Amino acid sequence: MRSLFTIKRLKIVIFLLSLGPLAYLVWGVFHDNLGPNPIEKITHETGDWILIFLMLTLSITPLRKITHLQSLIRFRRMLGLFAFFYACLHFTTYIWLDKFFDFPEMVKDVGMRPFITAGFTAFVLLIPLAVTSTAGWIRRLGGKRWQMLHRLIYISAAAGVVHYLWLVKSDIRKPLQYGTVLLVLLSYRLVSGLVENLRKKKAPEKTRSELVMLLPQKTLPRTTKEIGSLPPSNSLSEP
Amino acid sequence: MLIGNRKDIPYSEVTPKNLYLNRRKFLSSAAAAGTAFLAGQPITDLLASPAQAGRGKKLEGIKKSSLSANEKINPFDDVTNYNNFYEFGTAKDEPAKYAKNFKTYPWTVKVEGEVNKPELFDIDTILKMAPLEERIYRLRCVEAWSVVIPWVGFSLSELIRRVEPTSKAKFVAFETFFDMKQMPRARFAGIPFPYVEGLRMDEAMHPLTLLCVGMYGEALPNQDGAPVRIVVPWKYGFKSIKSIVKIRFQEKQPPTTWGLSAPNEYGFYSNVNPNVDHPRWSQATERRLGEFFKRKTLPFNGYADQVAQLYSGMDLKKYY
Repeated sequence: MRSLFTIKRLKIVIFLLSLGPLAYLVWGVFHDNLGPNPIEKITHETGDWILIFLMLTLSITPLRKITHLQSLIRFRRMLGLFAFFYACLHFTTYIWLDKFFDFPEMVKDVGMRPFITAGFTAFVLLIPLAVTSTAGWIRRLGGKRWQMLHRLIYISAAAGVVHYLWLVKSDIRKPLQYGTVLLVLLSYRLVSGLVENLRKKKAPEKTRSELVMLLPQKTLPRTTKEIGSLPPSNSLSEP
Repeated sequence: MLIGNRKDIPYSEVTPKNLYLNRRKFLSSAAAAGTAFLAGQPITDLLASPAQAGRGKKLEGIKKSSLSANEKINPFDDVTNYNNFYEFGTAKDEPAKYAKNFKTYPWTVKVEGEVNKPELFDIDTILKMAPLEERIYRLRCVEAWSVVIPWVGFSLSELIRRVEPTSKAKFVAFETFFDMKQMPRARFAGIPFPYVEGLRMDEAMHPLTLLCVGMYGEALPNQDGAPVRIVVPWKYGFKSIKSIVKIRFQEKQPPTTWGLSAPNEYGFYSNVNPNVDHPRWSQATERRLGEFFKRKTLPFNGYADQVAQLYSGMDLKKYY
């Protein structure tokens, strides 16, 4: 396993890279470089990045299992929180720049327009995941329950893809690409879950909780401090 | 028929095209302009060069029209870099890129069907068919954005009269040029091609319905439907079919591409109507490109005085 120092530095690099799309949009607004319909551009860009970060988050577990790089898990929370971060920006763009706080109109949208309903569902499902993303919440809920809760990301990601699919007029290439990636990532889980179940039946003693995988392998208090010492990641994970 | 005799807005007073620069170019040339000013060089020399690159052939003898809207025109760059022309890609910025080498000359338009004088018009004949007029129209897209464009052309009725439709001509069907070699991105569009559209005969004959050959005083850019298209300002933008190669007069209502693709979303009439939502989004408001706040969408896109009587007695929720 890589040293903690390397992981910390890598985390900072990934954190800064993840702010890239936001930086591009902010730069574009100030340089009038987002095309003739900047609000639409912001909506589409933030929407794309939610799906990209959700896919990245969901690819950590398969990658970890394939590469045996256990330390990959240490990047998962940050990626997930960035999905939530861009979801907040996307949602804010909708209520502020697009609808301009016209709440009756938005309620109508959420209720009547299937693609908005799907997108709204995807967003709402991410909220509890962001809130309970801290080590403290993992402890409070207990690993199994925490893990059950965080499976909501599967539904959220699927709802996000459906939101995109129902939104486009006729060219469905991009939503289908996201859909395919999601399908592969979820199928991997299904298949590897089935394989593990078969193995467990053969060797019942090997049933150590997956919680061990989730929590950092050093002692818990020290790791919490480590997380605390990285203000950017921590500030994002605060509810 | 009421045709509002609105005050002409001299287009030259609105946005002199050769002076138009987007803010970014403006900022980057500001420093250069300052230097030039100090050196005593006319600023127009500097502004003219990059902004005019790639502009089309200038059209001569354009008359102003009393049918023009008295509204602020969108910059040329908006109208040429934000297009729906699915044959050249489905993203708004793709037609500008992928229609660059579209061959629009020589060009012919076949007029056939229920007419006494079917004819194959070439584009040069069309350009000289009637005096060219500038018509400043609002264009409202079904996707809830809008622009104001100074089109150049003449009423479609000028062409229709020349071919003498018979009494059986109840509808007009239009067809866009299609060639997979020139339009390879059409394969991703998800709609059938060639693109087809249609109008009822009285709609086609209405003076507002424009046979359009240019905009901003020049020949149409490829991405905006060169070399000839129609513009029907009280209907959603997709009705204003581009790059026309065939016009057919017939008794039956013709199929339309979006109607074939999603019948519950796009009707034959597709008149702009804030009270009939598209199933997936509201049509009550629209964003005029370049504006932050949305504006209310007007019935018939603000042309109700001129065209509402065409639909008197029709249930516009049924015939959307």
